[in-house]
Amino acid sequence: MKILLTPQGREVEIARAKRVTDLLQQLSITPGTVLVIRGDHLLTDDARLCASDEIELRSVVSGGS
Amino acid sequence: MKCKNCPKPAEVKIRAHNSAFCRRCYLVFFRRRVVRIIDKASMVDRDDRILVAVSGGKDSLALWEVLASEGYETVGFHLALGIGAYSGRSFEQTRAFADARGLRLEVHSLSDDGLGVPDMMQATRRPPCAACGTAKRHYFDSAALEYSCNVIATGHNLDDEAARLLGNVLRWQTDHLARQHPVLQPTHEKFVRKVKPLYLTSEFETAAFAFLAGIEYVVQECPNAAGATQLTYKGLLDQLETTSPGAKLAFVNEFVTRGSAGFVSKERETAPKTCGGCGMPSFGDLCSFCSLRAEVTRKRRDTPAGATSL
Repeated sequence: MKILLTPQGREVEIARAKRVTDLLQQLSITPGTVLVIRGDHLLTDDARLCASDEIELRSVVSGGS
Repeated sequence: MKCKNCPKPAEVKIRAHNSAFCRRCYLVFFRRRVVRIIDKASMVDRDDRILVAVSGGKDSLALWEVLASEGYETVGFHLALGIGAYSGRSFEQTRAFADARGLRLEVHSLSDDGLGVPDMMQATRRPPCAACGTAKRHYFDSAALEYSCNVIATGHNLDDEAARLLGNVLRWQTDHLARQHPVLQPTHEKFVRKVKPLYLTSEFETAAFAFLAGIEYVVQECPNAAGATQLTYKGLLDQLETTSPGAKLAFVNEFVTRGSAGFVSKERETAPKTCGGCGMPSFGDLCSFCSLRAEVTRKRRDTPAGATSL
């Protein structure tokens, strides 16, 4: 499964993740800090994934000061 | 997971509200929620003219989208910060958004005044976000006057406000706590009301709205934000939110409804004077922006030509 991390622009390959929540756990990403995007759709934490999926994990965190 | 309102599959789950929505229902939910927050806090009247501070990011564009589509009169104001390619992309995204919707956009460039954020960073010892914030407040206030707007709306979201509140509480900055409110009434005839309609909307919610509404926004983070204290606070609050959904919402909402009245700003005890530099209200001889500008000018003048450091 191909994972694109934005805005870093980094690509990682994940061997197996049954659901979105497993994927986030494997990548140590806190739920709610990224949009999970497959094609034109957002995925919720319980959404099932398959090996051929291409997923974008887009950070929602912004700001300075 | 199904949508809360219809049989379709959910695309967005909001843990703080224990709700999930399909695309269509989420877009309706988000718009209604923002309008309800605006109405409940009496942020904006229907005959107001709103200056919307737009950076090109998800929050400000989502806010502008909601305000404009709900029929409010808006003027978008983009302050170009002069931060290389990042600022270029931010402007292009903002311009494309306004053009596609036929919205009025006004733009001012800090670099035209010799005050791009890199210039200010080089000339002063201030953190970039502090200098940038000072400049933004000045130009937003001035733009509201120039374009005859009686309200300034910014896209500060729940996470911004929670992180700011945590920072203020950790140091018990009582004067800052007194001014942390989603509606700030003007304290001078040259100031206008300032509102934050997204203050109870998380950045996950605004990002999901922007994506599902087809809003193209700048995903890249400001290069100067790396290491910013606010991001540390956001990370801590996100961890808290995973074990205690709704914690951020309660933290900010309870402060605004029950806590903030206990803090009084020192500024309110003295009437502002007029800044000797720009003519805007000030509590000193120069406002904080003109002090910053004078500092940059002084360092630039005192630095020999060709020197790399000011």
